Amino acid sequence: MAARIGIAVFPGSNCDRDVHYILNNIIGVEADFIWHTQDRISGYDAMIIPGGFAFGDRLRPGIIAAHSPIMQEVKRMAKHGVPVLGICNGFQILVESGLLPGALMMNDSLRFVCRWTSVQVTNNKTPFTSQFALKQTFGIPIAHGDGRYVADSKILKELKKKNQIVLRYESDNPNGSTDLIAAICNEEGNVMGMMPHPERASEKILNLDRSRNSSSEAITIFWSLVSNLKQKAIA
Amino acid sequence: MPKFIVQVIIENKPYINDPEGETIHRDLVVKGGYSNIQSVRSAKMLKMVVNSKTESDAEVTVKKLCQELRIFNPVVSNCTVKAIGKS
Repeated sequence: MAARIGIAVFPGSNCDRDVHYILNNIIGVEADFIWHTQDRISGYDAMIIPGGFAFGDRLRPGIIAAHSPIMQEVKRMAKHGVPVLGICNGFQILVESGLLPGALMMNDSLRFVCRWTSVQVTNNKTPFTSQFALKQTFGIPIAHGDGRYVADSKILKELKKKNQIVLRYESDNPNGSTDLIAAICNEEGNVMGMMPHPERASEKILNLDRSRNSSSEAITIFWSLVSNLKQKAIA
Repeated sequence: MPKFIVQVIIENKPYINDPEGETIHRDLVVKGGYSNIQSVRSAKMLKMVVNSKTESDAEVTVKKLCQELRIFNPVVSNCTVKAIGKS
């Protein structure tokens, strides 16, 4: 059976259509929108929580969405090992849902940053990074006001010990994140949150480097996910 | 039933730097001549009007909701709840 991916949609999501387009048209996997009021989800092999400003970032980014019916389902699915990827605001929602540790705070510059950055793969054992080489670096855009990942010393120690830091900004820190963290996963590795936007770099026309004849390697995030779903189906 | 005002202050823990507070301190307060002000921390304040029998009951309810609904992220923030009288 072909894999199906669900994309959670909240009032204020704005990267949901980009993710939907990339999955359906570029990767060639079936992906559907699921409205946040949905309290029963079945038949999906993976979930993506896209970027945007769910509920207008009221109180703080991600907190209102974290209490929505769909997130209770996402938590249940995550517990059963279903891969869950949160991008940008989706990362904030996963943190506020308690699926990932730490906090995302206002950038240390107090400014919204929207530019390309370079990240390094520090864990290629997750379903989202398995097709990267360890320490591989690639270009990927960021666009956020609250992207400073903060972990206290205890959480940071755990993250390092359990190999939960998946992507790091390569050199310059665009937002003041602890330890240059751009993406983390849960202990089991099936839930990952990332601040950068792979869906904004998954086509040649969107690549910053026009001299290259392909999209940025950021699309490998989606290829990894889909190949893992296929392997699971075969097994 | 009487109404009480309960104040919720969400403040970042000391280890979290606070560029907003620092800017207010450095560029407004100190430059404005108040060099005896040692520091400024910014915070978020919510004011809730609670229908409750007593002031302390109102405070207990708000404390409970702050924990239950994760009004603050305990990794980075502290939360102070204080009843400040009748509405």
